Amino acid sequence: MKDVLIKVDNVSFTYKSHAVDYHGVRALSNINLEIKNGEFVVVIGRNGSGKSTFARLINALLIPSEGVVYIKGMKTSDEKYLWEIRRSAGMVFQNPDNQIIGTIVEEDVAFGPENLGVPPEEIKKRVYESLRMTGIIEYKGHAPHLLSGGQKQRVAIAGVLAMKPQCIILDEATSMLDPIGRKEVMKVLKKLNSEDGITVIHITHQMDEASMADRVIVIDEGSIVLDGNPKEVFSNVERIKGMGLDVPQVTELFHGLRQEGFDLPEGILSVDEAFNVLAQVIRGQ
Amino acid sequence: MSIVVTNLTHTYMKGGPFEKTALYNINLKIDDNEFVGIIGPTGSGKSTLVQHFNGLLKPTSGKVYVNGMDTTGSSLKELRKQVGIVFQYPEHQLFEETVYKDIAFGLKKMGLKENEIEERVCNSISSVGLSKDVLHKSPFELSGGQKRRVAIAGILVMNPRILVLDEPAAGLDPRGRDEIYNLIVELHNKKGLTVILVSHSMEDIAKLARRVIVMNEGKIVMDGQVEEVFKNAEKLESIGLSVPQITYLMKKLKAIIPGLNENIFTVDEAKREIVKYLKKAR
Repeated sequence: MKDVLIKVDNVSFTYKSHAVDYHGVRALSNINLEIKNGEFVVVIGRNGSGKSTFARLINALLIPSEGVVYIKGMKTSDEKYLWEIRRSAGMVFQNPDNQIIGTIVEEDVAFGPENLGVPPEEIKKRVYESLRMTGIIEYKGHAPHLLSGGQKQRVAIAGVLAMKPQCIILDEATSMLDPIGRKEVMKVLKKLNSEDGITVIHITHQMDEASMADRVIVIDEGSIVLDGNPKEVFSNVERIKGMGLDVPQVTELFHGLRQEGFDLPEGILSVDEAFNVLAQVIRGQ
Repeated sequence: MSIVVTNLTHTYMKGGPFEKTALYNINLKIDDNEFVGIIGPTGSGKSTLVQHFNGLLKPTSGKVYVNGMDTTGSSLKELRKQVGIVFQYPEHQLFEETVYKDIAFGLKKMGLKENEIEERVCNSISSVGLSKDVLHKSPFELSGGQKRRVAIAGILVMNPRILVLDEPAAGLDPRGRDEIYNLIVELHNKKGLTVILVSHSMEDIAKLARRVIVMNEGKIVMDGQVEEVFKNAEKLESIGLSVPQITYLMKKLKAIIPGLNENIFTVDEAKREIVKYLKKAR
């Protein structure tokens, strides 16, 4: 059994305002879930469904209005754990240009460990290691603004890695990237997860990215409505489409063919899977 | 003829240490009422090209004509009335206190009378599918998809004949994306706008555009009907693009079903084609 890294216990969150006639917006209601060490979790949901709020609750950027979030057993509402929590769960945001502050790449990656008071020799080691892990060591002396979007997001990921986190949370970190940039980032995340055992929580609108995860969580109107492996989740084609989300194209194709009365499986996610099933049926047994 | 580009070359910071040529000898014609998709990897020159269409950038050499006007010699005011550009994340450009004021900004600058401004603002907010109630709200109270519609309304209110959109669906969820695209198709069909859509999404281009222009390293490498361009999956992949997932499936199936039509880019088409063979297999 893998250890529980994150435990979300009956959590609700309401955005408050000081306006007199305004009672706040309830972004999440009664969320319960556990995320284990080493999982690759994708969170999908419409704009405004509460996905980003969920992400921000995990590393204590937001504190629950009700309920408790634990990370490695630490309560996020307990201020004495704040730095340890932020170090354990690093965030990467949507816009690469808003989160890079250094004038050259290695300086930017060093920013986190510097603030933690890590000794200079150790910082150097961590920076190079992080840049190597994200495949951008060759750009260590470059100015970040001259890099492509995918490269910039990898710098941001390296900056998080330099803090030696157990978990990386990405809030739509691929949504401003072109297809190549997306692939680069997904490849790095898969590698960090499978080789270095880092837990990944990736929020995205890209269903092909979701189909690469171990687990897909669907949030709708502030509640978790589906939670399972991609096959299970994407078997609910009607439900997912009804929520205004998508399924991968081949999943939709198989769903359509089933509706026409053909006896085919649900939850087909990849081209290869689809091909194998169809080839068998069409070539005749 | 809406847009004619002849031998267009554009060099940024010409003569400086960071001189960079972004477009090389582009030749291109776009007719009235076309719906054209422009695709290409980051840095291929897509944005540089479309910024020539309303005179934001001027050719280093070559010519760009819009409805017969040379973009270097003509009044920019007139040019920008005819060509509306919706940039990426256009909602970041909203700045006024109310939606009404934001949409009316361009018209005020043109010195129109208040009653005409009001009429045009009301028309444009309904043409993007929003109710007039939002006109008195702050743009910042709206959802992401609504903000984007308001930003587009601010362009449409100028009554452009040519609408250029750079990644209009970036960052929107699938339903928000479909809504924006339906809106664009409707503007194209009902108002006869010429639409030039810049996107990374092959799925979306395949669904919407009839003609696709593919750019790479500052050049046009392919220009033709969607079917012709997407036939060349290998060529698209070699410049870092891809064809829709469903097209890969059809290409694989073609290897075992020689009669299959592999030039398919949408799920509905694929379903129709595959059903034929599944029925035979029954």
